[in-house]
Amino acid sequence: MEPRMPKCYKKESKPSSFCPGCGHSLTLKNLGFVMDEMKIADSTVFATDIGCSLLAWDFFDVDTVQAHHGRVTAMAAGLKRALPKSVVLAYMGDGGGYAIGLHHLIGAARRNDPITVILVNNTLYAMTGGQMAPTTFKGENTSSSPEGAFADEEPLLGPEFLRPVCHKEAFLARTSVDNPFELKKYLKEAIETQKKGNFSFVEVLSYCPVNWKTDARGTMDFMDHLKEIYKIGVIE
Amino acid sequence: MFSHAEGKIELLTGNEIVVRAALAAGANAFFGYPITPTTEILQGWAQEAKDNKGLIYLQTEDEPAAGFGLLGAALGGKKAWTTTAGAGHLLMQDAVVVAEAMRIPFVAYIGQRGGPSTGTVIYSQQELSIARDGGNGEGFRMVLGPSNLQELYELMIKSFDIAWRYRLPVFVLGDGYLSKMTGEVELKKSATTCPAKPIVQNGKKVVNLRNCYSLEDEIATVIKEELKDFGKIAKEIEMSEALNCSDAEVVVFAWGTVGSAAREAVRKLRKEGKKVGLFRPITLKPFGATRAKQAVRKAHSILIAESAFGKFGRLVTESLFGLEGLKVERLYKPAEGILSEEIEDRLRGMLDGA
Repeated sequence: MEPRMPKCYKKESKPSSFCPGCGHSLTLKNLGFVMDEMKIADSTVFATDIGCSLLAWDFFDVDTVQAHHGRVTAMAAGLKRALPKSVVLAYMGDGGGYAIGLHHLIGAARRNDPITVILVNNTLYAMTGGQMAPTTFKGENTSSSPEGAFADEEPLLGPEFLRPVCHKEAFLARTSVDNPFELKKYLKEAIETQKKGNFSFVEVLSYCPVNWKTDARGTMDFMDHLKEIYKIGVIE
Repeated sequence: MFSHAEGKIELLTGNEIVVRAALAAGANAFFGYPITPTTEILQGWAQEAKDNKGLIYLQTEDEPAAGFGLLGAALGGKKAWTTTAGAGHLLMQDAVVVAEAMRIPFVAYIGQRGGPSTGTVIYSQQELSIARDGGNGEGFRMVLGPSNLQELYELMIKSFDIAWRYRLPVFVLGDGYLSKMTGEVELKKSATTCPAKPIVQNGKKVVNLRNCYSLEDEIATVIKEELKDFGKIAKEIEMSEALNCSDAEVVVFAWGTVGSAAREAVRKLRKEGKKVGLFRPITLKPFGATRAKQAVRKAHSILIAESAFGKFGRLVTESLFGLEGLKVERLYKPAEGILSEEIEDRLRGMLDGA
């Protein structure tokens, strides 16, 4: 029996280029199921950023484009203005979204651009080898932290940070890859919000065992710790 | 204002002309960030968009956002464009290389201002190199250099045609003088340019576009194909003005606003029977090297005049490489205007000195 996969998967590109144990594959798989369920694969433009998210350029049988680091939000703003009837998804990591592209996120949020931003947060720059990101938590060991070992700054809480500049009908939430039911629920709600003409944003806490240097058990423990720092749920 | 057989003649500033030309070319989306000397273009489009809901307008948070917004709209089938200058031009290159990689039509009017850094807000010709080759790739873009207001209007319209016909970024490289000067321009009743079609959501097949490759030979193959294609396109769009070159003993090389000053100097000296000519590339990329060589067939000397320190000069000397015995003189005035009298004086000296 073949494993159950989303219909909008691009079969030729599987197995995907993501590392074993990476949370991107899980996030994208559930996004695929949501696109299937909502029957929007044909009317969606999926735009990816730089970093590990770029490996999704041919993940789906869905129109897909790429931007530079952090710029995918700005590209999505242009796509949506040109294609108001299409669903526009901007897919990025925490480095792209919260460091180099934070002002684009603020711009889109303030304008209430009807787009859906999906930001995968694994607390570091994974593609370049585990450097500190704005999401790196206090005491987390990264390859570029001050003193060479541990970050000593408080992490940026993205959706909470964006909430005050968002429209009241905007949807902001945080979920995690180890809860596919909630992940799908929030992605669906975010896309519904976009369809109603408002900005939507889902942060997904995600695994990076390669850069976390964790085994399976360690990865689960790391995620449990992340959930203590990053509040799961809809950000009101 | 009065009617004219071809269109109508109006008294407008360069920046107003740029907006009129974009509208005449069917542009329907603008993303921009204010910067002197091109801000009136953004304001002008904002006014147009206020009365015409079919026009997309967004003042973005910075130049990269303008560039990437433009890319998104172009992917969605809108004739999208922007304008910037100086340090903003530098930031705009971020999006332009994506346009090169994914073959997305991209139109930008640049009002060159003095550099380095924020320099002056007034005028220069120092942005030629970054317009031509400002990216981290091979520079798959076209650069057009208008010398006066009428040409600014015509080349702005043409830039949309080239961008959509060949799916390329196109720069119209003006300057602060051209942007801010007022003059008569003949506006067209209508202009036919290549229509825009959606690249994504095209109703035919799913599109997966990428700008990132894993292997050297993978990207090398793509670049080789692009180079071949670019060479073909270059032949089709190359433009230049060769004035009185067939018997000229001294030929002045100039482009843009300085090209106008040089034209005036050449005309004046010709009236006195002096054998001088002008070679002015209208497309700075592609640069018409063959035509440049033809222009100096009878010449013993050339004068290169530009408001930069050799950015244009290097292009000229490279294109004329191999011509023996040709004397080269330079009138380089970085970020400073050049009067026709200065060019005339230099040309007189070169004729006398021969």
